[in-house]
Amino acid sequence: MTLATYREPGDATGSRTESMSAPRGVARFVLVGAYLGLVLTKAEVVSWYRIQEMFRFEAFHMYGVIGAAVATAAVSILLIRRFGIRTIDGDDVEIATKEPLWRRGLFGGTLFGLGWALTGACPGPIAALIGAGSTGYLVVLVGAVIGTMLYGGTRHRLPH
Amino acid sequence: MNLPGLLTQPWPWYVAGPAVGLVVPLLLLLANRPFGLSSNLRHLCAALPMRGTYFDYDWRRVGGWNLLVFGGIALGGLLGGVVLGDPGPVRVAASTQAHLQALGVVQGDGLAPAALFGWQAILAGPGLVFGLVGGILIGFGTRWAAGCTSGHAIMGLASGQWPSLVAVIGFFAGGLVTTHLVLPWLLPALLGGTP
Repeated sequence: MTLATYREPGDATGSRTESMSAPRGVARFVLVGAYLGLVLTKAEVVSWYRIQEMFRFEAFHMYGVIGAAVATAAVSILLIRRFGIRTIDGDDVEIATKEPLWRRGLFGGTLFGLGWALTGACPGPIAALIGAGSTGYLVVLVGAVIGTMLYGGTRHRLPH
Repeated sequence: MNLPGLLTQPWPWYVAGPAVGLVVPLLLLLANRPFGLSSNLRHLCAALPMRGTYFDYDWRRVGGWNLLVFGGIALGGLLGGVVLGDPGPVRVAASTQAHLQALGVVQGDGLAPAALFGWQAILAGPGLVFGLVGGILIGFGTRWAAGCTSGHAIMGLASGQWPSLVAVIGFFAGGLVTTHLVLPWLLPALLGGTP
């Protein structure tokens, strides 16, 4: 387990050895994504109605999904660290530490939360919804790309 | 209960939650990559290609893998929403249904209301503005926060990182404001219900 300092992509280049060559590399990422998209859709985590229900505290469902996901991921990371489990390529598992900044999380996070409850979707579910036939979410995706462009152009003036 | 019925009915939280959490060790052990999807928005901008230092990097090398995950999610959505799709409306709590109905949301089949996210609503204008504004908030907010529900709420919290906790508090603060302060007047204004 190596703790690398967090850097956003583009700030650092060549910081890790690349092993994404060819079909096996492509297939594993598409398969993990498809698995995730299936679960998110079948659990209705991608549903606008479920997000409203969550923010109105009227059902346990979403809290159960997020809580159990965090717990499962935390136990997995604990086991990987405790037993020094390596990747299938035999490398040490690397988990970058997040920058020790709070303003960007608080301000940016709040803006994202506003959009999350408006659209009922976060970035992953946008893709799942488009695949599931709610193609109107292409508009949300276009908006998200525009929002990212706007952040890229203004970030030097924003508190982080 | 036959097997197709088990697959098409909505999956409970105690199945879906652990299944989502397993994506973290899957990505770490299969590819040594962190779970986090909102950076794909940046990779899409870099691929477009956008100008500016924020988008000036080799998106294929840095983000190609994550864009494949993103595309895979759409395939999974197709599988879960169409092939194994659950016909009929999403069965949320009766109190949520009643509240949304009072705001003018007619709940039909599907995962999201057609009056906001259907093409008819989009082409008529209100849906277009609603979706674009929501999307801009998602894009701007997640990149400012350097993560979203996957990168901060799941990956960040699970690896014990306090900046992620701050971000998740922000996510919920924003969501509560929209649901309790914005939608109660915005939805009736858009859809013609009564607040």
